[in-house]
Amino acid sequence: MRRRGASLMLLPLLALAGCGGIQTIGGREGREAALIDDLFTLFCIVTGLFFAAVMAFLFAAYWRRGGHRADRMPDEGATAPRDRGLRIALFAWTAAVIGGLMGLAVASFLTDRSLAYSTAAGRPVVSIELIGNQWWWEARYHFPDPSQNFRTANEIHLPTGSAAMITLKANDVIHSFWVPNLAGKQDLIPGRVTDIVLTPTKVGRYRAQCAEYCGLQHAHMALDVTVDTPADYARWLAAQTRPAAAPTTPQAIAGYRFFMTRQCSACHAVAGTPAGAGVGPDLTHLMSRRTIAAGTLPNGTGPLHAWIADPQGVKPGANMPYIGLDADELHNVVAYLETLK
Amino acid sequence: MSSPFRNSFLPRALPSLHAGRGRGWVRLSKRRFASLAHPPLAPPLQGGGFIALAFLLALAGCDREQRDMNGQPKAETAAFVPRGDPRSAEYENNAFHIAQGQKWFGWFNCSGCHFHGGGGMGPPLMDDQWRYGGRMEDIVASILYGRPNGMPDWRNKITEQQAWELAAYVKSLSAHPRQDALSARADEMSNTEPQTLQERQKVVPETKAQPSGEEN
Amino acid sequence: MTVLSGRDLPRDGEDLQGAALHGRLERTWGDAPGLWGWLTTTDHKRIGKRYIVTALVFLMLGGLLALAMRLQLARPESGLISPDRYNQLFTMHGTTMMFLFAVPVMEAMAIYLVPLMIGTRNISFPRLNAFSYYMYLAGGTLLWVAFVLNIGPDAGWFAYVPLSGPEFSPGKRTDIWAQMITFTEVAALAVAVELVATILKQRAPGMTLARMPLFVWGVLVTAFMVIFSMPSVALASGMLIADRLVGTQFYNQYEHGDPLLWQHLFWFFGHPEVYIIFVPGAGFVSQITETFCRRPVFAYPAMVLALVTIGLLAFGVWVHHMFATGLPRMGYSFYTAATMAVAIPSGIQIFCWIATIWDGRPRFQVPLLYVVAFIVTFVIGGLSGVMQASVPIDLQVHDTYFIVAHFHYVLIGGAVFPLLGAITYWFPKITGRMMGEGLGKTSFWMIFLGFQVAFFPMHLLGMWGMPRRVYTYPTGMGWDEMNMLATLGSFVVALAVLLFVVNAVHSLLRGAVAGPNPWDAPTLEWATPSPPPQYNFAHIPVVASRTPLWDNRHHLPVVTGLRVDDRELLLTTVMEARPDLREASPLPSIWPLWAAISTTCLFISSIFTPWAVLVGAFPVAAALTAWFWPKSPPSPEPVIE
Repeated sequence: MRRRGASLMLLPLLALAGCGGIQTIGGREGREAALIDDLFTLFCIVTGLFFAAVMAFLFAAYWRRGGHRADRMPDEGATAPRDRGLRIALFAWTAAVIGGLMGLAVASFLTDRSLAYSTAAGRPVVSIELIGNQWWWEARYHFPDPSQNFRTANEIHLPTGSAAMITLKANDVIHSFWVPNLAGKQDLIPGRVTDIVLTPTKVGRYRAQCAEYCGLQHAHMALDVTVDTPADYARWLAAQTRPAAAPTTPQAIAGYRFFMTRQCSACHAVAGTPAGAGVGPDLTHLMSRRTIAAGTLPNGTGPLHAWIADPQGVKPGANMPYIGLDADELHNVVAYLETLK
Repeated sequence: MSSPFRNSFLPRALPSLHAGRGRGWVRLSKRRFASLAHPPLAPPLQGGGFIALAFLLALAGCDREQRDMNGQPKAETAAFVPRGDPRSAEYENNAFHIAQGQKWFGWFNCSGCHFHGGGGMGPPLMDDQWRYGGRMEDIVASILYGRPNGMPDWRNKITEQQAWELAAYVKSLSAHPRQDALSARADEMSNTEPQTLQERQKVVPETKAQPSGEEN
Repeated sequence: MTVLSGRDLPRDGEDLQGAALHGRLERTWGDAPGLWGWLTTTDHKRIGKRYIVTALVFLMLGGLLALAMRLQLARPESGLISPDRYNQLFTMHGTTMMFLFAVPVMEAMAIYLVPLMIGTRNISFPRLNAFSYYMYLAGGTLLWVAFVLNIGPDAGWFAYVPLSGPEFSPGKRTDIWAQMITFTEVAALAVAVELVATILKQRAPGMTLARMPLFVWGVLVTAFMVIFSMPSVALASGMLIADRLVGTQFYNQYEHGDPLLWQHLFWFFGHPEVYIIFVPGAGFVSQITETFCRRPVFAYPAMVLALVTIGLLAFGVWVHHMFATGLPRMGYSFYTAATMAVAIPSGIQIFCWIATIWDGRPRFQVPLLYVVAFIVTFVIGGLSGVMQASVPIDLQVHDTYFIVAHFHYVLIGGAVFPLLGAITYWFPKITGRMMGEGLGKTSFWMIFLGFQVAFFPMHLLGMWGMPRRVYTYPTGMGWDEMNMLATLGSFVVALAVLLFVVNAVHSLLRGAVAGPNPWDAPTLEWATPSPPPQYNFAHIPVVASRTPLWDNRHHLPVVTGLRVDDRELLLTTVMEARPDLREASPLPSIWPLWAAISTTCLFISSIFTPWAVLVGAFPVAAALTAWFWPKSPPSPEPVIE
């Protein structure tokens, strides 16, 4: 179950929490996220207590004024004796603040250590290279046998129960990889290689979104994260490793021809065909993905039509250009893309 | 040059040369004679065509022993974009389009031949020597329709807008672009000075004459 | 009374006081009439007022941008504003609020108030002060004109490279942003230097460091923070300009530059910046609390130490903005500890203010209400700040709306609420009229409640995964209601600010006339008429406690003997404030304006060609030469008896 960490502070508003839960930090669907959520809850409780203390003091000070409302100045020297109690209270308060902070700092440090140890604990089973582009994600799955390597875009699949090492690189500007349900975030910085370990514990579908402002379409740079059982994951891997099947219907064949000879193949790759360009998303198994254009649209015939016909209307500034296909060409290309299962 | 020859032949062999001017026709056809003799072109030649072929072979023979030591590309009037296209003013000196063009320049591997403008396999782009004209329209025509000796035609491989943006970027490499639209340099490895600092000296005039069809 | 010197020159004293003294001082300290006087003035009050009004105008403009953004975000997938425009909006909002409103308004209040609070006739380096204002105005205008022309910056107020670098920010947008930093840089550093010199050397006799009002302490700490932090951003933005315009490679990772260098330099400035905004706010709170609780602020030494501690800690926390960049993990722990440690002095201050209310006789008029709002809001912001100090938690909430909520709680709660209280509090001093209490209370409650409605939901949005700086968001994420709520709240705040302005304008014209000390406040600025004369004080007061006007209700001791035929200031020693020197204060001059104009030309044209730096240096040098040209022999007798 999802625990909203800040439940103490936020009780009255929780009723409004009509959240889908595929992109939330209280998700606890990964080992890392659960550790952080525990820490978050602890911080909420402790800071909530301090907040309550301050408010109680403030209200007490407010109500206390009724006693001596007299609008006159304190007598000279009369303040000193009254100060004594307050002075003791100040020391007590300072000690409490320091104590509370030290407790929180230690808790934070311990959580951070156990997050770091998940990196050190054994060799991760899954190794993914994730590359940030303006404004989409490329994922490269690496295997001991390099001929098995494949590329996909705007989605990753992970098996439950094993640590996945995600190596992060950026092609242009700084992006940030963040699957709140599974773990915290990690920036992708051009010229550097960073990494993060995810250990998903629960089967499900989550959403990741670029968390560092990366330009025009920063808002539309999502990544679909699917956590499968190991068996499902293996099936998915096997499917992804295969090249694309050849089109069979006349319409799809016409679309194939168009794709291979026109603008499409200048940027996109489809494994097993002459299209091998690397600057746009790899489309080999396009129809196995749930979204297109980095989470901007759901995948399907209609959205594909919309996206290819007018990419700049759907996602202004995206690098997918307006080509100006006529209706036949559009239908053919979509028919071909729909064969890329 | 007989007119049936022109009608039956050239449009097939050189489909992109649809808009040449008179002088160009002559020159072009002369240059292409050798290649036009290849078998794939024979089937349409029936009857009178055979005579034409013989005539052609005879003419080709005249050039057969010519040893072209020049090796320079020939100026041709290929398909062109008419001067005064309104897009010229729209794209040239536009900061955004120049930056987009810079991106396409890397993406479509222009740097594979032209490098970062300094030239390599392809001619340099940051000097002021233009083989096919240095106006926006000329550059777009070069990109879209290709040029002999290696420049592929990019029509249908990229969009027209991308071609115009590429032209804007290429133009900004060689001319002084307006300072308020100055092209950004690419953050990438370069052994040369950054483009924004580069002194735009004239390339030392080559000793060889510029290529021209008349020399043939 | 202490008499400094008895020679033939006209001086204030027993022979010269009252109306006659007033006439002499008016002639000596007055500005030329009309526009010329307006342009040449070196009076800290006139420039301070200009500074305040300009900063408040930028506050309104920044607020309008915020409203536009909230309208766009009110609904999911809203097409109201294009992504390009939205990115300009949030960049302009952040930049305007941080560089053109928050820091300048705090310095502006200090320019106006500090000389009055420490009992001197003018700020030190008053021509530099005028120059600073013109530079600030030019920088802000440059940015806003660019925005109106649709070439506003769009790389965020933090302008991370490589996004702001030459490859990914084509055109002049980012250059204009970076050059605007240079303008505000010059302005802020100039003011900081003036304030440090004024506070350390021009305090009234007897006002030892331990008797300074807490606001003056806050300003002193702030000014030092400006001096130490601003060079960092000047360096960073200078290198960015160089990368963009003359082809250096500081941030180009392919040529062994480093994008993270920008983040280090920027946040080494950027975090102290937050305290530069908060510490003067804390000063306002202290002054208001003291006056309205009719009791000196509890535990003055602890308050001073807390301010100084915050000033020092501010420079050790910048990496907490970079927890997600993958720097060595153990090193982060230091910054976690340092960031959490900031809560200690802040907690002490909060305690002391509440203790003052507890132990005093509070009158809950509008300024004190803002103090209460400040305490409630700032504590929430501070506690969420403690949460983000933790590396694991920050990795989740970093760059989400949780952070947006946090820093608005800290900055609006910690600086804007105190500022609104301070404006209400010092309005009678500045204008001579009281602000309306009824409208004041109405707008207070609307601002306070509207703010909570606008920003509290953002905590939840952040926890539910909504990232910052997105121009839209998809439906079905569960973010719709909270965003709508936040938008509604923001409009309540906007309406309340409008009411505040209406109240201010109305009070300016029709408000009740205020005497010198309408609130019965204890500090020196209330010892002179409202609004103060150009020379501030007829005689320089002498101070024997932290609350001189409470301790000497009827007869404030003064020191006399300053010349009245020349602009003369009394300098005192740094620690004990013993009379030390008499120093001439510069006369009005048009040259600061010319210097500012020529510097502006240099800065702006350097965006377009590096040669401008060379060519433009000549007019600047000419203006500075004229500015500093010695015009009269120095005062004949720098003597103290």
